[in-house]
Amino acid sequence: MKAYKIIVLAKQVPDTRNVGKDAMKADGTVNRAVLPAIFNPEDLNALEQALRIKDQFPGTTVKILTMGPGRAAEIIREGLFRGADGGILLTDRAFAGSDTLATSYTLGQSLKKMGKIDLIIAGRQAIDGDTAQVGPQVAEKLGWLQVTYVEEVIELKNDTVVLKRRLDRGVETVKCKLPLVMTVNGTAPECRVRNAKLLMKYKRAKTVTELQKENEDYTSLYNDRPDLNIPEWTVNDIENDATQLGLNGSPTKVKSIENVVLQAKDSKVISGVDAEIENMMIELIKSHTIG
Amino acid sequence: MNNVFVYCEIEDGHVAEVSLELLTKGRSLANELKCDLEAIAIGNQLEGVAKQVIPYGVDTLYLADDKRLYPYQTLPHNSIVVNLFKEEQPQIALMGASSIGRDLGPRVSSALHSGLTADCTSLEIGDHFDKKADKNYKNLLYQIRPAFGGNIIATIINPDCRPQMATVREGVMKKEILDPKYKGKVVNLDVSKYVSDSDFVAEIIERHMEKSKLNIKGSPIIVSGGYGVGSKENFKLLYDLAEVLGGEVGASRAAIDAGYVEHERQIGQTGLTVRPKLYIACGISGQIQHRAGMEQSAQIIAINTDPEAPINSIADYVITGDIADIIPKMIKYYKKNTK
Repeated sequence: MKAYKIIVLAKQVPDTRNVGKDAMKADGTVNRAVLPAIFNPEDLNALEQALRIKDQFPGTTVKILTMGPGRAAEIIREGLFRGADGGILLTDRAFAGSDTLATSYTLGQSLKKMGKIDLIIAGRQAIDGDTAQVGPQVAEKLGWLQVTYVEEVIELKNDTVVLKRRLDRGVETVKCKLPLVMTVNGTAPECRVRNAKLLMKYKRAKTVTELQKENEDYTSLYNDRPDLNIPEWTVNDIENDATQLGLNGSPTKVKSIENVVLQAKDSKVISGVDAEIENMMIELIKSHTIG
Repeated sequence: MNNVFVYCEIEDGHVAEVSLELLTKGRSLANELKCDLEAIAIGNQLEGVAKQVIPYGVDTLYLADDKRLYPYQTLPHNSIVVNLFKEEQPQIALMGASSIGRDLGPRVSSALHSGLTADCTSLEIGDHFDKKADKNYKNLLYQIRPAFGGNIIATIINPDCRPQMATVREGVMKKEILDPKYKGKVVNLDVSKYVSDSDFVAEIIERHMEKSKLNIKGSPIIVSGGYGVGSKENFKLLYDLAEVLGGEVGASRAAIDAGYVEHERQIGQTGLTVRPKLYIACGISGQIQHRAGMEQSAQIIAINTDPEAPINSIADYVITGDIADIIPKMIKYYKKNTK
């Protein structure tokens, strides 16, 4: 039976779904510090698809590739706890300010360095931008086929895969050859939870930067347990054209950001008492809004 | 050259609503820029397409007609659009933020190294001064969208790369026929010059497209619930009210993420955009991303336990209270006064 080499593209995102009142600073910028950083939800759906293939085909490896600040190593650890085999953190000031295109370029250059890959799986989109662009753009950078909106891997046999896609108004079943990039929908099965044994095994998995911060002696640790080393790649670890990285490599620029200020409307304030509700309903009936 | 381009999605020989809406927007952008509006349709048996799109003010319609080009597949459609754009050098390219546009747009933008902004809620033409480079840019496309959980509205520009690309969801722009007798020319592309056989590597084995059973967009009354509804069970109240009033049930993204209702009912920037006669928002705080999908409703009732909920500021009626108390009363007094 064939074993596959799978890379999961994942992103650590601020949890924009539970934004509180203190999410914005007085100057109108986002207060990232108060927002919890989480594993992007649909990237977890993607990880689950990868782990299912690993369950089915022994010898398959699943690695996570992420780009972000140092703390984004957290999601690689989270992936290890759930069954991934390793991961790489792309972190460098040179990557800062990347739009989706510069991000895709950086991910693409990194993937090219990772040897032969059979399958790249990513979440459909990240909740901090909702663009759904990075998956298809990475595919284009590699010159691979992409299959977006995947809900289920129906069959995988040698180098042929059958995928079910969930579209706006329907379902499509596609058959194609590896290698390919697929993006997974939130409607796909949820990711399995952490495994207690893996948690014990990998709780000390860290990047060198993290260990240095904690003043740990990582040299001897990594000699004994190389699997605990989460590699950090900087701009020097990938072949690159500097004009395509970070802010400079991003065709889109943010011209302005406006805090959301609501224009107050002349509204009628109503308490829950019967007479007021009845009056409102009568007004709506009279104006032919209802009835 | 240097025109405004719209990619027209085709389903069963019909041009998608979102594409027609974008043609209307594209026409007004082209007028402002004093350039032409061009469109491309890719598929099979496209004879009827010209009649559908030219009245929206299309000056040139490109058709790529080949039986292998329907239904949509990423690689062949991408090759045609990329190669045509290389020849025609549009300054702006618009696509629907649909499962096709969001698959194709990023691929095209990556191949052309151009910027793409997803899910825009407004598109305008404006200038930009880059202080750092001391350079003035005239007539850029402002791509406006809520960002970051709806706490901010960002205006995105692509100063240097072309085309400036944007996707827009169905229902956000208004479609309007410009002139039923508008004169536009049709260019039939020689498909073999634009695609290669290796673009046809994927095989669509099965396809079930269904007309959505729900018709939330077309409903004159929408009863919509948010996270504040509290549970799937509590949503039953909303269904009851919608049934009595003859409306449909919608939801905010938070309610969908919480699993209260199916995602087809989502209203907001990443869901449906609606303009009903009456929108009843129950337990919805009113983040900008939700408001982007409903603020053009003719009348809005907001029911919230929080008197400070942001949605209240755009509501015609603000009711502070618990939906379990308010909704049954609304049903009662509606019935009482319509009999």
